[in-house]
Amino acid sequence: MSGANFRVIARLDVKDEHLVKGVQYEGLRKLGDPHAFAARYYAQGADELLYLDTVASLYGRSHLDGILQATARDVFIPVTAGGGVRSVQDIAALLRAGADKVAVNTAALRRPALLREGAEAFGSQCIVLSIQAKRRAPGRWEAYYDNGREHSGRDAVAWAREGAALGAGEILLTSVDCEGCRRGMDEALVAAVCAAVDVPVIAAGGCACAADAAGAARAGAQAVAIASALHYGALAMPALKQTLRAQGLEVRL
Amino acid sequence: MTVTVLDYGRSNLLSVRRALEHCGAQVCFARTPQQAAAAQRLVLPGVGAFKDGMQALASRGLVAPLLEQARRGTPVLAICLGMQMLFSESDEGGRCAGLGLVPGRVQRLPALDASGAPQRVPHIGWYALTPCAVPLAGTVLADVPAGGQMYFVHSYEAKPAQPLARLADTEYGGRRVCAAVQCGCVTGVQFHPEKSGEAGLSILRRFLAQPAAQT
Repeated sequence: MSGANFRVIARLDVKDEHLVKGVQYEGLRKLGDPHAFAARYYAQGADELLYLDTVASLYGRSHLDGILQATARDVFIPVTAGGGVRSVQDIAALLRAGADKVAVNTAALRRPALLREGAEAFGSQCIVLSIQAKRRAPGRWEAYYDNGREHSGRDAVAWAREGAALGAGEILLTSVDCEGCRRGMDEALVAAVCAAVDVPVIAAGGCACAADAAGAARAGAQAVAIASALHYGALAMPALKQTLRAQGLEVRL
Repeated sequence: MTVTVLDYGRSNLLSVRRALEHCGAQVCFARTPQQAAAAQRLVLPGVGAFKDGMQALASRGLVAPLLEQARRGTPVLAICLGMQMLFSESDEGGRCAGLGLVPGRVQRLPALDASGAPQRVPHIGWYALTPCAVPLAGTVLADVPAGGQMYFVHSYEAKPAQPLARLADTEYGGRRVCAAVQCGCVTGVQFHPEKSGEAGLSILRRFLAQPAAQT
């Protein structure tokens, strides 16, 4: 695969109207107003924003629409939204509220045709298949849902391939094992999924430093999504991108 | 200054609206032929599939006023699918005629890059613009800094028949892909200026500064 510029995506998990962050999806802590964080990451040169409603799948709809509308006022980079998306109508509502792309996980596992319906209605470029992958054995991962709580029985790599064939235009690949730990990414997982699909792959879960992001790029990812390391100030966007460029990656400065 | 965004039910109007407002414009939407005909400046946004987009424009009676506005010299900015719809025809979803404001056709991005290796489609991400033969001074791209990158997300590419219609390209997989076209008062951009940070906003400001057609 060639020709791709590497994107750095700020990932904002939200619960109600708060930015939250957990470790392996558990023990969510409130960190503040998501819009304030989003505006800061935009000003610092983030390439995209990713809002995920962490509880929408469990408890129904959310405050995401309002957060998206506020973001559209002063943040002029692409925004992906997800969490609790069950139908083409849910996708339409998020796009209307200001999202450019919509991430689907649980509902697509239950009914894969949702990916095709979404792609037919809005184009593949709007539909992101979110996969929460948990390591089951060396070189084998299973797709989870409901924030890494429930296992689907599906092989994560095979599911990525099937999802892309159904119409997902991008894969958001989160390692449940690494998520929130800031101890590095599951590069073997990234490599396995990147080899299986011909759509862009966003690596997520565990990115704590420029070396982690560069590792995901070497494994084949087109983008990395970072949450904790940005929110807690361990990584600053401009320095991260300078380091990535110094390492030979094409990034936007 | 006022700008009219064509609303044919197919795109993320909020982002385009907010970005234009951020640049100081008063934004209204045209949903009827009369509203489109009254516009001083027109934005043709677009997300989704070509045929569906053309049918949506036609079913609302917006094709004729759009063509008439272009003939009168009203500044028109077409974005992403909007730019593709400016062309004569597209291969997407079976051959389909476009607006014909820019001669040429729209084809799927190749599955292989210039070296024969597989490349990922859709083409998503930030890519630099490379000017073509036409000087950019006086175009909407005039204020884009050298090496300025724009946000692209598309699976099809436009192939202008006239080299001089090509304002700027980008490079993907070792090939040049048309990024911006201009034919008279009509400009099209394959990328999303409303999603391309400050460099993208500079394009919207330039567009808004273009003089409206004399009525």
